[in-house]
Amino acid sequence: MENIIIVKNLTKKFGNFTAVDNVSFDVREGTIFAFLGPNGAGKTTTIKILTTLLNPTSGELKINGHDPVKEEHETRSSFGIVFQDPSLDEELTAYENMKLHSVLYGVPKAIREKRIEEMLKFVELWDRKNSFVKHFSGGMKRRLEIARGLLHHPKILFLDEPTLGLDPQTRNHIWNYLQDLNKKENITIFFTTHYIEEAEKVAKDVAIIDNGIIVAQGTPDELKQKTKTSMLEDAFLNLTGRKIREEEAGAIDHLRMRRRVFHR
Amino acid sequence: MEIIYILWLRQLKRYFRSKSRIIGSLGQPLLFLLAFGFGFGSIYQKAGEGNYIQFLAPGIIAMSILFTAVFSGTEIIWDKQFGFLKETLVAPVSRLKIMLGRTLGGATVAVFQGLIVLVISLFAGFKIQNTSMLLTALLFMALIAVLFTALGTAIASVLEDMQGFQLIINFLIMPLFFLSGALFPIDGLPKTIAVITRINPLAYGIDGLRGALINSMHFGFTTDFLVLGSLVIILMVIGSYLFDKIQI
Repeated sequence: MENIIIVKNLTKKFGNFTAVDNVSFDVREGTIFAFLGPNGAGKTTTIKILTTLLNPTSGELKINGHDPVKEEHETRSSFGIVFQDPSLDEELTAYENMKLHSVLYGVPKAIREKRIEEMLKFVELWDRKNSFVKHFSGGMKRRLEIARGLLHHPKILFLDEPTLGLDPQTRNHIWNYLQDLNKKENITIFFTTHYIEEAEKVAKDVAIIDNGIIVAQGTPDELKQKTKTSMLEDAFLNLTGRKIREEEAGAIDHLRMRRRVFHR
Repeated sequence: MEIIYILWLRQLKRYFRSKSRIIGSLGQPLLFLLAFGFGFGSIYQKAGEGNYIQFLAPGIIAMSILFTAVFSGTEIIWDKQFGFLKETLVAPVSRLKIMLGRTLGGATVAVFQGLIVLVISLFAGFKIQNTSMLLTALLFMALIAVLFTALGTAIASVLEDMQGFQLIINFLIMPLFFLSGALFPIDGLPKTIAVITRINPLAYGIDGLRGALINSMHFGFTTDFLVLGSLVIILMVIGSYLFDKIQI
Protein backbone atom coordinates (compact mmCIF):
# COMPACT_ATOMS: atom_id res chain seq x y z
CA MET A 1 0.00 0.00 0.00
CA GLU A 2 1.17 3.55 -0.71
CA ASN A 3 2.16 6.00 1.98
CA ILE A 4 -0.09 9.03 1.86
CA ILE A 5 1.84 10.96 4.50
CA ILE A 6 5.64 10.84 4.54
CA VAL A 7 7.59 12.67 7.25
CA LYS A 8 11.38 12.59 7.14
CA ASN A 9 13.62 14.16 9.78
CA LEU A 10 11.07 16.82 10.68
CA THR A 11 12.33 19.40 13.17
CA LYS A 12 10.53 22.46 14.51
CA LYS A 13 12.16 24.93 16.86
CA PHE A 14 10.57 27.90 18.62
CA GLY A 15 13.61 29.94 19.64
CA ASN A 16 15.68 27.62 21.82
CA PHE A 17 12.83 25.21 22.39
CA THR A 18 12.69 22.17 20.12
CA ALA A 19 9.05 21.14 19.88
CA VAL A 20 9.60 18.44 17.27
CA ASP A 21 13.02 16.82 17.05
CA ASN A 22 14.08 14.95 13.93
CA VAL A 23 10.84 13.01 13.62
CA SER A 24 10.23 10.45 10.86
CA PHE A 25 7.13 8.35 10.19
CA ASP A 26 4.87 7.24 7.36
CA VAL A 27 1.13 6.83 7.19
CA ARG A 28 -0.35 4.23 4.85
CA GLU A 29 -3.16 5.26 2.57
CA GLY A 30 -6.56 4.19 3.92
CA THR A 31 -5.41 3.52 7.45
CA ILE A 32 -6.61 4.90 10.77
CA PHE A 33 -3.48 6.30 12.32
CA ALA A 34 -3.26 7.26 16.01
CA PHE A 35 -0.62 9.80 16.90
CA LEU A 36 -0.24 9.50 20.65
CA GLY A 37 1.84 11.32 23.23
CA PRO A 38 1.66 13.13 26.57
CA ASN A 39 0.83 16.83 26.80
CA GLY A 40 3.37 19.03 25.07
CA ALA A 41 4.94 16.09 23.22
CA GLY A 42 4.72 17.83 19.85
CA LYS A 43 1.52 16.34 18.44
CA THR A 44 -0.31 19.55 17.64
CA THR A 45 2.85 21.21 16.33
CA THR A 46 3.34 18.28 13.94
CA ILE A 47 -0.26 18.52 12.76
CA LYS A 48 0.09 22.27 12.24
CA ILE A 49 3.14 21.69 10.07
CA LEU A 50 1.44 18.92 8.07
CA THR A 51 -1.57 21.17 7.48
CA THR A 52 0.44 24.23 6.28
CA LEU A 53 -0.26 26.37 9.37
CA LEU A 54 3.39 26.35 10.46
CA ASN A 55 6.59 26.07 8.49
CA PRO A 56 9.05 23.42 9.63
CA THR A 57 12.57 24.39 10.69
CA SER A 58 13.90 21.47 8.63
CA GLY A 59 12.82 18.14 7.22
CA GLU A 60 11.02 16.66 4.24
CA LEU A 61 7.27 16.24 4.01
CA LYS A 62 4.82 14.77 1.56
CA ILE A 63 1.06 14.96 1.96
CA ASN A 64 -0.76 13.04 -0.76
CA GLY A 65 2.35 13.54 -2.89
CA HIS A 66 2.61 17.30 -2.22
CA ASP A 67 5.07 19.36 -0.21
CA PRO A 68 3.11 21.45 2.34
CA VAL A 69 5.74 24.19 2.25
CA LYS A 70 6.00 24.63 -1.52
CA GLU A 71 2.67 23.30 -2.73
CA GLU A 72 0.39 24.76 -0.10
CA HIS A 73 -2.71 24.88 -2.25
CA GLU A 74 -2.46 21.27 -3.50
CA THR A 75 -1.76 20.11 0.05
CA ARG A 76 -4.78 21.99 1.41
CA SER A 77 -6.99 20.39 -1.23
CA SER A 78 -5.99 16.95 0.07
CA PHE A 79 -7.12 17.14 3.67
CA GLY A 80 -9.80 18.17 6.12
CA ILE A 81 -9.16 18.98 9.75
CA VAL A 82 -10.82 19.21 13.13
CA PHE A 83 -8.64 21.39 15.32
CA GLN A 84 -7.90 20.79 18.96
CA ASP A 85 -8.88 24.32 20.01
CA PRO A 86 -12.01 26.15 18.86
CA SER A 87 -12.13 27.51 15.32
CA LEU A 88 -15.80 28.42 14.95
CA ASP A 89 -17.14 31.89 14.30
CA GLU A 90 -19.11 32.52 17.47
CA GLU A 91 -21.01 35.46 16.01
CA LEU A 92 -22.54 33.23 13.35
CA THR A 93 -25.18 30.53 13.76
CA ALA A 94 -24.39 26.82 13.57
CA TYR A 95 -25.89 26.68 10.10
CA GLU A 96 -23.94 29.70 8.89
CA ASN A 97 -20.70 28.15 10.11
CA MET A 98 -21.51 25.02 8.15
CA LYS A 99 -22.49 27.00 5.07
CA LEU A 100 -19.29 29.05 5.13
CA HIS A 101 -17.20 25.91 5.44
CA SER A 102 -18.98 24.14 2.61
CA VAL A 103 -18.31 27.09 0.31
CA LEU A 104 -14.65 27.40 1.35
CA TYR A 105 -14.13 23.68 0.78
CA GLY A 106 -16.00 23.56 -2.50
CA VAL A 107 -18.79 21.17 -1.52
CA PRO A 108 -20.90 21.11 -4.73
CA LYS A 109 -23.94 23.37 -4.52
CA ALA A 110 -26.33 20.55 -5.42
CA ILE A 111 -25.51 18.46 -2.36
CA ARG A 112 -24.55 21.27 0.02
CA GLU A 113 -27.83 21.71 1.91
CA LYS A 114 -28.46 18.00 2.11
CA ARG A 115 -24.98 17.38 3.49
CA ILE A 116 -25.26 20.17 6.07
CA GLU A 117 -28.61 18.83 7.27
CA GLU A 118 -27.25 15.29 7.38
CA MET A 119 -24.20 16.27 9.44
CA LEU A 120 -26.09 18.56 11.83
CA LYS A 121 -28.59 15.75 12.44
CA PHE A 122 -25.70 13.36 12.93
CA VAL A 123 -24.33 15.40 15.85
CA GLU A 124 -27.86 16.21 17.02
CA LEU A 125 -27.62 19.94 16.51
CA TRP A 126 -30.21 20.27 13.75
CA ASP A 127 -32.76 21.72 16.21
CA ARG A 128 -30.23 24.37 17.14
CA LYS A 129 -29.11 25.20 13.64
CA ASN A 130 -30.21 28.84 13.90
CA SER A 131 -28.68 29.45 17.32
CA PHE A 132 -25.55 31.51 17.63
CA VAL A 133 -22.48 29.45 18.41
CA LYS A 134 -21.63 31.77 21.30
CA HIS A 135 -24.64 30.37 23.16
CA PHE A 136 -23.45 26.76 22.77
CA SER A 137 -21.91 24.65 25.53
CA GLY A 138 -18.38 23.27 25.15
CA GLY A 139 -19.64 19.86 24.09
CA MET A 140 -22.02 21.32 21.52
CA LYS A 141 -19.24 23.40 19.99
CA ARG A 142 -17.07 20.32 19.80
CA ARG A 143 -19.81 18.40 18.02
CA LEU A 144 -20.34 21.24 15.61
CA GLU A 145 -16.61 21.35 14.83
CA ILE A 146 -16.67 17.64 14.05
CA ALA A 147 -19.79 17.94 11.90
CA ARG A 148 -18.14 20.79 10.01
CA GLY A 149 -14.92 18.84 9.52
CA LEU A 150 -16.88 15.98 7.98
CA LEU A 151 -18.85 18.15 5.54
CA HIS A 152 -16.49 17.42 2.70
CA HIS A 153 -14.76 14.13 2.11
CA PRO A 154 -11.04 14.73 1.57
CA LYS A 155 -8.33 12.10 1.09
CA ILE A 156 -6.93 12.64 4.57
CA LEU A 157 -8.77 13.70 7.69
CA PHE A 158 -6.75 15.20 10.55
CA LEU A 159 -8.50 15.04 13.92
CA ASP A 160 -6.65 16.68 16.78
CA GLU A 161 -8.24 15.30 19.95
CA PRO A 162 -11.64 15.24 18.28
CA THR A 163 -13.53 13.60 21.14
CA LEU A 164 -12.09 15.70 23.95
CA GLY A 165 -14.80 16.50 26.49
CA LEU A 166 -17.48 14.37 24.85
CA ASP A 167 -19.43 11.66 26.66
CA PRO A 168 -18.86 7.96 25.78
CA GLN A 169 -22.13 7.78 23.83
CA THR A 170 -21.15 10.64 21.54
CA ARG A 171 -17.59 9.34 21.17
CA ASN A 172 -18.87 5.95 20.16
CA HIS A 173 -21.33 7.45 17.74
CA ILE A 174 -18.65 9.56 16.09
CA TRP A 175 -16.09 6.78 15.85
CA ASN A 176 -18.60 4.43 14.24
CA TYR A 177 -19.20 7.06 11.62
CA LEU A 178 -15.49 7.66 11.09
CA GLN A 179 -14.74 3.95 10.75
CA ASP A 180 -17.53 3.65 8.25
CA LEU A 181 -16.17 6.61 6.31
CA ASN A 182 -12.70 5.08 6.37
CA LYS A 183 -14.02 1.77 5.03
CA LYS A 184 -16.43 3.09 2.41
CA GLU A 185 -14.44 5.99 0.97
CA ASN A 186 -10.93 4.84 1.89
CA ILE A 187 -10.29 8.13 3.69
CA THR A 188 -7.08 8.09 5.70
CA ILE A 189 -7.69 9.19 9.27
CA PHE A 190 -4.87 10.75 11.28
CA PHE A 191 -5.89 11.48 14.85
CA THR A 192 -4.53 12.30 18.28
CA THR A 193 -6.21 11.48 21.56
CA HIS A 194 -5.56 11.07 25.26
CA TYR A 195 -8.13 8.28 25.46
CA ILE A 196 -5.72 5.44 24.76
CA GLU A 197 -8.48 2.82 24.88
CA GLU A 198 -10.14 4.72 22.05
CA ALA A 199 -6.95 4.45 19.99
CA GLU A 200 -6.66 0.76 20.81
CA LYS A 201 -10.19 0.18 19.57
CA VAL A 202 -10.03 2.04 16.26
CA ALA A 203 -6.41 2.57 15.21
CA LYS A 204 -4.76 0.28 12.70
CA ASP A 205 -1.40 2.00 13.14
CA VAL A 206 0.05 3.92 16.06
CA ALA A 207 3.01 6.22 16.56
CA ILE A 208 3.98 7.47 20.02
CA ILE A 209 5.77 10.78 20.36
CA ASP A 210 7.39 12.06 23.54
CA ASN A 211 9.45 15.21 24.06
CA GLY A 212 9.41 15.78 20.32
CA ILE A 213 10.84 12.33 19.52
CA ILE A 214 9.05 9.28 18.12
CA VAL A 215 9.56 6.57 20.74
CA ALA A 216 7.66 3.74 19.05
CA GLN A 217 5.51 2.95 16.06
CA GLY A 218 3.61 -0.04 14.73
CA THR A 219 0.20 -1.68 15.04
CA PRO A 220 -1.38 -1.72 18.52
CA ASP A 221 -0.53 -5.43 18.77
CA GLU A 222 3.10 -4.88 17.84
CA LEU A 223 3.45 -2.20 20.51
CA LYS A 224 1.89 -4.43 23.14
CA GLN A 225 4.21 -7.29 22.21
CA LYS A 226 7.22 -5.04 22.27
CA THR A 227 6.46 -3.82 25.78
CA LYS A 228 5.04 -7.17 26.97
CA THR A 229 1.76 -5.56 28.03
CA SER A 230 -1.84 -6.55 27.40
CA MET A 231 -3.31 -3.10 26.99
CA LEU A 232 -2.21 -0.25 24.76
CA GLU A 233 -2.54 2.14 27.69
CA ASP A 234 0.08 0.17 29.62
CA ALA A 235 2.31 0.02 26.57
CA PHE A 236 1.93 3.78 26.28
CA LEU A 237 2.86 4.36 29.92
CA ASN A 238 5.78 1.97 29.62
CA LEU A 239 7.13 3.86 26.64
CA THR A 240 6.58 7.39 27.86
CA GLY A 241 7.05 6.97 31.62
CA ARG A 242 4.67 7.90 34.38
CA LYS A 243 5.85 11.40 35.07
CA ILE A 244 3.17 14.05 34.67
CA ARG A 245 4.00 16.50 31.89
CA GLU A 246 2.81 19.80 33.15
CA GLU A 247 6.24 21.37 32.70
CA GLU A 248 6.54 20.60 29.02
CA ALA A 249 3.07 21.85 28.29
CA GLY A 250 3.86 25.03 30.20
CA ALA A 251 7.06 25.64 28.31
CA ILE A 252 5.29 26.27 25.05
CA ASP A 253 2.69 28.46 26.70
CA HIS A 254 5.40 30.55 28.32
CA LEU A 255 7.20 30.81 25.06
CA ARG A 256 4.04 31.97 23.34
CA MET A 257 3.51 34.60 25.99
CA ARG A 258 7.05 35.81 25.74
CA ARG A 259 6.87 36.31 22.01
CA ARG A 260 7.11 39.92 20.98
CA VAL A 261 4.29 42.11 19.79
CA PHE A 262 5.41 41.67 16.21
CA HIS A 263 6.00 38.08 15.29
CA ARG A 264 8.29 38.89 12.41
CA MET B 1 -16.62 34.39 -6.80
CA GLU B 2 -18.82 32.61 -4.29
CA ILE B 3 -15.89 32.44 -1.89
CA ILE B 4 -15.41 36.21 -1.99
CA TYR B 5 -19.16 36.66 -1.57
CA ILE B 6 -19.49 34.39 1.48
CA LEU B 7 -16.54 36.06 3.25
CA TRP B 8 -17.95 39.49 2.38
CA LEU B 9 -21.32 38.43 3.77
CA ARG B 10 -19.68 37.22 6.98
CA GLN B 11 -18.21 40.68 7.65
CA LEU B 12 -21.58 42.32 7.04
CA LYS B 13 -23.45 39.92 9.29
CA ARG B 14 -20.97 40.43 12.08
CA TYR B 15 -21.34 44.19 11.75
CA PHE B 16 -25.11 44.46 11.54
CA ARG B 17 -25.58 42.05 14.42
CA SER B 18 -23.52 44.19 16.71
CA LYS B 19 -25.75 47.19 17.36
CA SER B 20 -23.46 48.49 20.08
CA ARG B 21 -20.61 48.60 17.59
CA ILE B 22 -22.64 50.63 15.07
CA ILE B 23 -23.78 53.14 17.66
CA GLY B 24 -20.46 53.20 19.50
CA SER B 25 -18.47 54.05 16.42
CA LEU B 26 -20.81 56.98 15.66
CA GLY B 27 -19.91 58.69 18.91
CA GLN B 28 -16.53 59.99 17.90
CA PRO B 29 -17.44 61.48 14.50
CA LEU B 30 -20.53 63.03 16.04
CA LEU B 31 -18.47 64.67 18.77
CA PHE B 32 -15.95 66.01 16.26
CA LEU B 33 -18.67 67.33 13.99
CA LEU B 34 -20.50 69.17 16.75
CA ALA B 35 -17.56 70.32 18.90
CA PHE B 36 -15.34 71.49 16.05
CA GLY B 37 -18.15 72.47 13.73
CA PHE B 38 -19.87 74.80 16.16
CA GLY B 39 -16.76 75.60 18.22
CA PHE B 40 -14.65 76.93 15.35
CA GLY B 41 -17.55 77.95 13.14
CA SER B 42 -17.48 81.66 13.93
CA ILE B 43 -13.68 81.99 13.80
CA TYR B 44 -13.67 80.26 10.41
CA GLN B 45 -16.38 82.61 9.21
CA LYS B 46 -14.48 85.67 10.44
CA ALA B 47 -11.37 84.46 8.60
CA GLY B 48 -13.44 84.81 5.47
CA GLU B 49 -13.51 81.11 4.64
CA GLY B 50 -17.27 80.67 4.79
CA ASN B 51 -19.29 77.99 6.54
CA TYR B 52 -17.12 75.64 8.62
CA ILE B 53 -19.67 72.78 8.90
CA GLN B 54 -19.76 72.81 5.12
CA PHE B 55 -15.98 72.38 5.02
CA LEU B 56 -15.75 69.98 7.96
CA ALA B 57 -18.48 67.42 7.16
CA PRO B 58 -16.62 65.64 4.30
CA GLY B 59 -13.57 65.40 6.56
CA ILE B 60 -15.60 63.82 9.36
CA ILE B 61 -17.26 61.41 6.93
CA ALA B 62 -13.79 60.36 5.79
CA MET B 63 -12.69 60.05 9.39
CA SER B 64 -15.49 57.66 10.29
CA ILE B 65 -14.66 55.59 7.21
CA LEU B 66 -10.97 55.59 8.15
CA PHE B 67 -11.59 54.30 11.67
CA THR B 68 -14.22 51.72 10.75
CA ALA B 69 -12.07 50.45 7.89
CA VAL B 70 -8.92 50.04 9.97
CA PHE B 71 -10.92 48.33 12.73
CA SER B 72 -12.51 45.96 10.22
CA GLY B 73 -9.10 45.11 8.85
CA THR B 74 -7.80 44.33 12.31
CA GLU B 75 -10.62 41.86 12.92
CA ILE B 76 -8.03 39.33 11.79
CA ILE B 77 -6.47 39.62 15.23
CA TRP B 78 -9.78 38.69 16.84
CA ASP B 79 -10.15 35.80 14.46
CA LYS B 80 -6.67 34.73 15.44
CA GLN B 81 -7.53 34.84 19.14
CA PHE B 82 -10.90 33.15 18.78
CA GLY B 83 -9.44 30.53 16.47
CA PHE B 84 -11.60 31.15 13.41
CA LEU B 85 -8.59 32.29 11.38
CA LYS B 86 -7.26 28.70 11.24
CA GLU B 87 -10.45 27.67 9.49
CA THR B 88 -9.81 30.08 6.62
CA LEU B 89 -6.05 29.54 6.57
CA VAL B 90 -6.23 25.81 5.85
CA ALA B 91 -9.02 26.15 3.28
CA PRO B 92 -8.00 25.22 -0.26
CA VAL B 93 -8.70 28.72 -1.46
CA SER B 94 -6.35 31.33 -2.91
CA ARG B 95 -5.16 33.86 -0.34
CA LEU B 96 -6.08 36.71 -2.67
CA LYS B 97 -9.73 35.60 -2.66
CA ILE B 98 -9.76 35.48 1.14
CA MET B 99 -8.14 38.90 1.24
CA LEU B 100 -10.62 40.30 -1.30
CA GLY B 101 -13.66 38.91 0.52
CA ARG B 102 -12.56 40.21 3.88
CA THR B 103 -11.43 43.58 2.55
CA LEU B 104 -14.56 44.22 0.50
CA GLY B 105 -16.70 43.18 3.47
CA GLY B 106 -14.87 45.53 5.82
CA ALA B 107 -14.96 48.31 3.24
CA THR B 108 -18.70 47.94 2.69
CA VAL B 109 -19.24 48.29 6.41
CA ALA B 110 -17.02 51.37 6.48
CA VAL B 111 -18.86 53.03 3.58
CA PHE B 112 -22.14 52.33 5.32
CA GLN B 113 -20.81 53.99 8.45
CA GLY B 114 -19.71 56.97 6.34
CA LEU B 115 -23.20 57.26 4.87
CA ILE B 116 -24.73 57.37 8.35
CA VAL B 117 -22.40 60.24 9.25
CA LEU B 118 -23.32 61.99 5.99
CA VAL B 119 -26.99 61.81 6.92
CA ILE B 120 -26.28 63.03 10.46
CA SER B 121 -24.24 65.95 9.15
CA LEU B 122 -27.24 67.01 7.02
CA PHE B 123 -29.10 67.51 10.28
CA ALA B 124 -26.17 69.53 11.63
CA GLY B 125 -26.61 71.96 8.75
CA PHE B 126 -24.46 70.45 6.00
CA LYS B 127 -25.75 71.00 2.46
CA ILE B 128 -24.74 68.89 -0.52
CA GLN B 129 -23.96 71.40 -3.26
CA ASN B 130 -24.20 69.13 -6.23
CA THR B 131 -26.49 66.10 -5.96
CA SER B 132 -25.43 64.89 -9.41
CA MET B 133 -21.97 64.27 -7.96
CA LEU B 134 -23.25 61.91 -5.24
CA LEU B 135 -22.01 58.87 -7.14
CA THR B 136 -18.54 60.39 -7.35
CA ALA B 137 -18.68 60.99 -3.62
CA LEU B 138 -19.63 57.35 -3.13
CA LEU B 139 -16.70 56.28 -5.31
CA PHE B 140 -14.24 58.20 -3.14
CA MET B 141 -15.83 56.86 0.02
CA ALA B 142 -15.37 53.35 -1.35
CA LEU B 143 -11.74 54.05 -2.30
CA ILE B 144 -10.93 55.35 1.19
CA ALA B 145 -12.72 52.36 2.71
CA VAL B 146 -10.94 49.70 0.63
CA LEU B 147 -7.56 51.39 1.04
CA PHE B 148 -7.68 51.52 4.82
CA THR B 149 -9.32 48.11 5.29
CA ALA B 150 -6.46 46.64 3.28
CA LEU B 151 -4.00 48.62 5.39
CA GLY B 152 -5.64 47.36 8.58
CA THR B 153 -5.51 43.78 7.31
CA ALA B 154 -1.85 44.11 6.36
CA ILE B 155 -0.94 45.51 9.78
CA ALA B 156 -3.08 42.96 11.64
CA SER B 157 -1.36 40.13 9.78
CA VAL B 158 1.94 40.96 11.46
CA LEU B 159 0.49 41.82 14.88
CA GLU B 160 0.48 39.13 17.52
CA ASP B 161 -2.35 40.48 19.68
CA MET B 162 -4.47 43.51 20.49
CA GLN B 163 -1.75 45.06 22.64
CA GLY B 164 0.09 46.35 19.60
CA PHE B 165 -3.10 47.93 18.42
CA GLN B 166 -2.92 51.05 20.56
CA LEU B 167 0.42 51.77 18.93
CA ILE B 168 -1.19 51.73 15.51
CA ILE B 169 -4.00 54.03 16.58
CA ASN B 170 -1.73 56.63 18.18
CA PHE B 171 1.15 56.60 15.76
CA LEU B 172 -0.56 55.91 12.47
CA ILE B 173 -4.30 56.43 12.40
CA MET B 174 -4.47 59.62 14.49
CA PRO B 175 -1.68 61.36 12.53
CA LEU B 176 -3.28 60.21 9.26
CA PHE B 177 -6.49 61.86 10.35
CA PHE B 178 -5.15 65.09 11.87
CA LEU B 179 -2.70 65.77 9.06
CA SER B 180 -5.09 65.07 6.21
CA GLY B 181 -6.89 68.36 5.84
CA ALA B 182 -10.01 66.89 7.42
CA LEU B 183 -10.13 69.74 9.92
CA PHE B 184 -8.33 72.60 8.14
CA PRO B 185 -7.67 73.71 4.54
CA ILE B 186 -4.33 72.46 3.22
CA ASP B 187 -3.46 75.56 1.18
CA GLY B 188 -0.97 77.94 2.72
CA LEU B 189 0.38 75.54 5.36
CA PRO B 190 3.92 75.70 6.80
CA LYS B 191 6.30 73.72 4.60
CA THR B 192 6.76 70.60 6.78
CA ILE B 193 3.05 70.15 7.38
CA ALA B 194 2.35 70.75 3.69
CA VAL B 195 4.79 67.99 2.73
CA ILE B 196 3.27 65.57 5.25
CA THR B 197 -0.26 66.18 4.01
CA ARG B 198 0.92 65.61 0.45
CA ILE B 199 2.18 62.12 1.27
CA ASN B 200 -0.89 61.30 3.35
CA PRO B 201 -3.25 59.16 1.25
CA LEU B 202 -6.27 60.24 3.31
CA ALA B 203 -5.73 63.83 2.11
CA TYR B 204 -6.48 62.69 -1.44
CA GLY B 205 -9.59 60.85 -0.32
CA ILE B 206 -10.90 63.88 1.54
CA ASP B 207 -10.03 66.11 -1.39
CA GLY B 208 -12.06 63.90 -3.74
CA LEU B 209 -14.93 63.78 -1.31
CA ARG B 210 -14.91 67.56 -0.90
CA GLY B 211 -14.77 68.06 -4.63
CA ALA B 212 -17.82 65.86 -5.08
CA LEU B 213 -19.85 67.20 -2.17
CA ILE B 214 -19.00 70.91 -1.97
CA ASN B 215 -17.16 71.72 -5.20
CA SER B 216 -13.91 72.66 -3.52
CA MET B 217 -10.64 70.91 -4.32
CA HIS B 218 -6.92 71.11 -3.87
CA PHE B 219 -5.44 68.30 -5.99
CA GLY B 220 -8.22 67.59 -8.50
CA PHE B 221 -10.23 64.42 -9.20
CA THR B 222 -7.71 62.80 -11.55
CA THR B 223 -4.81 63.05 -9.11
CA ASP B 224 -7.00 61.92 -6.21
CA PHE B 225 -8.29 58.93 -8.14
CA LEU B 226 -4.90 57.85 -9.44
CA VAL B 227 -3.19 58.14 -6.05
CA LEU B 228 -5.93 56.24 -4.21
CA GLY B 229 -6.43 53.66 -6.95
CA SER B 230 -2.78 52.72 -7.20
CA LEU B 231 -2.38 52.59 -3.42
CA VAL B 232 -5.39 50.28 -3.18
CA ILE B 233 -3.74 47.85 -5.61
CA ILE B 234 -0.36 48.04 -3.85
CA LEU B 235 -1.87 47.49 -0.41
CA MET B 236 -4.02 44.59 -1.60
CA VAL B 237 -0.92 42.87 -2.93
CA ILE B 238 1.09 43.56 0.24
CA GLY B 239 -1.88 42.50 2.36
CA SER B 240 -2.32 39.17 0.55
CA TYR B 241 1.40 38.54 0.84
CA LEU B 242 1.48 39.19 4.59
CA PHE B 243 -1.74 37.23 5.08
CA ASP B 244 -0.15 34.31 3.28
CA LYS B 245 2.78 34.46 5.67
CA ILE B 246 0.70 34.21 8.85
CA GLN B 247 1.77 31.28 11.03
CA ILE B 248 -0.26 30.10 13.97
